[in-house]
Amino acid sequence: MKRYSAFAIAREAMRHHEGWERAWASPEPKRKYDVIIIGAGGHGLATAYYLGKNFGITNVAILEKGWLGGGNTGRNTTIIRSNYLQDPSAAIFEKSRSLYETMSQDLNMNVMFSPRGVMMLAQTEHEVRGWKRTAHANALQGVTTEFISPRRVKELCPIMNIDGPRYPVLGALWQPRGGTARHDAVAWGYARACSAMGMHVIQKCEVTGIRSEGGKVRGVTTSRGDIDCDKLGIVVAGNSGHVANMAGFRLPLESVALQALVSEPIKPCMDVVVMANTVHGYMSQSDKGEMVIGGGTDGYNNYTQRGAFHHIEETVRALVETFPMISRLKMLRQWGGIVDVTGDRSPILSKTPLENCFINAGWGTGGFKAIPGSGWGFAELMARGHSTLCDGFELDRFREGRFVDESVAAGVAH
Amino acid sequence: MLILTCPCCGVTAEETEFHGGGEAHLTRHGPDSDDDQFHDYLFMRENPRGVHFERWRHVYGCGKWFHAARDTVTLEVFGTYPAQTTEPPQHIREAISARRPGWSWRGLS
Ligand SMILES: Cc1cc2nc3c(=O)[nH]c(=O)nc-3n(C[C@H](O)[C@H](O)[C@H](O)COP(=O)(O)OP(=O)(O)OC[C@H]3O[C@@H](n4cnc5c(N)ncnc54)[C@H](O)[C@@H]3O)c2cc1C
Ligand SMILES: [Zn+2]
Repeated sequence: MKRYSAFAIAREAMRHHEGWERAWASPEPKRKYDVIIIGAGGHGLATAYYLGKNFGITNVAILEKGWLGGGNTGRNTTIIRSNYLQDPSAAIFEKSRSLYETMSQDLNMNVMFSPRGVMMLAQTEHEVRGWKRTAHANALQGVTTEFISPRRVKELCPIMNIDGPRYPVLGALWQPRGGTARHDAVAWGYARACSAMGMHVIQKCEVTGIRSEGGKVRGVTTSRGDIDCDKLGIVVAGNSGHVANMAGFRLPLESVALQALVSEPIKPCMDVVVMANTVHGYMSQSDKGEMVIGGGTDGYNNYTQRGAFHHIEETVRALVETFPMISRLKMLRQWGGIVDVTGDRSPILSKTPLENCFINAGWGTGGFKAIPGSGWGFAELMARGHSTLCDGFELDRFREGRFVDESVAAGVAH
Repeated sequence: MLILTCPCCGVTAEETEFHGGGEAHLTRHGPDSDDDQFHDYLFMRENPRGVHFERWRHVYGCGKWFHAARDTVTLEVFGTYPAQTTEPPQHIREAISARRPGWSWRGLS
């Protein structure tokens, strides 16, 4: 792999940019790998990367039915934060946030991590109490957050109307080291690094069946033939239930659509990320100047990667009240992704009833921020059989009532 | 956007007049049930890629609950039926079979 650098840009410019090599190889699948990962989204690719980097396991294939990063990883609004309430969440999300700080150097790919600060508004008395509680919990967990006053909110984000008639801003939970990153670059960076370690990233290869023998996984059936493996990781987000069925077990989650939209580009007007959970809307400004907007999930099971228009209307209506200046913005694009939502709104990082088959799912509306941390922990779980980062996120927690309840702390999608 | 017909009052309207209530035909386990039954009842859903039976409420109309048969991949609605039943009625199953030959659910087709 040729390294990217300022010098490389100059060198390639001298030869009319004809010398750039392909970022990753597109090999034919082998008959067998030590590890197969299903799904080349951020979580699958990061898992493969840390299997190689931290455990020296490089005989790995990542199978993707479409194109890499074409699932939720390339469809999200890229908010990165770690101000969750429960200890297991704080551990994995904070690990993840800290890995984002050095990701560009680590992968030699500019992922444009921008720790511009994330602000979660309190617009009801309940939210004030809730966010204060989270700020105290974060202090104990070693995650830097603070509850700030409406005045400070206005200073940090002058375009906000803090005394709207219905939902005045009563304060906010502020995480100064949260922010955004470029989602495609995260997927591409991991894919390039995996390919450089000799792993096979195989696109347009859909897994249609999972083969087992004596309760142990043997391999997968794909649109490009049978492939064997010693260990299998299922990392397919919205399709998790569907793929788990192939392996013979069920998952406690449901697949629903989550939508986002971006406006025409405008001059810089907002240099923080704002989330308003009570009214179900959040917004940030991209480097290109577009306002990036998202809201809550659509209300029913859905595999179509598109949602209903009235949800967009609800989101935008709420945001216009809080940001009156966006009322005349034209919207450029709108899209949806299929997110896998669990009962406690926390992920599943776990062994499964099928031996040597592992599941990484349930990130739902908020797993972009978790990509490096989840990959780090899940790789350890797959390689060693245990990872402290995954502790608490087992599949059997629902049966035993050990929830990692984040549904109260984060009622909205992000 | 879905268009649903409420079998209780007969009104046909688009989805903003209704509210989805999740998977239908769950067995509601009570006291004396074991952990596995509670687990399935509280957390396990079929979440199919395809035919799905679900509960809906006509919130901005007659206010009543009813059931719908719908495809989660195409968003096609096969039909709606009253909630006072533990399984989809014959005419709904036939409507699904006509569109999805070979389809089956809990041994019914
Ligand atoms: C609109 C929207 C906004 C969001 N905003 C945020 C946000 O601001 N911050 C945040 O942290 N998170 C956000 N999220 C959530 C985040 O995008 C996801 O949690 C995360 O990207 C999940 O990554 P993944 O790798 O698990 O899944 P994906 O990126 O979806 O990857 C799964 C891959 O598996 C492949 N696959 C599926 N079935 C098969 C098969 N049978 N064979 C082979 N391959 C298969 C799919 O094609 C897909 O590429 C948002 C999501 C959406 C939809
Ligand atoms: Zn009605």
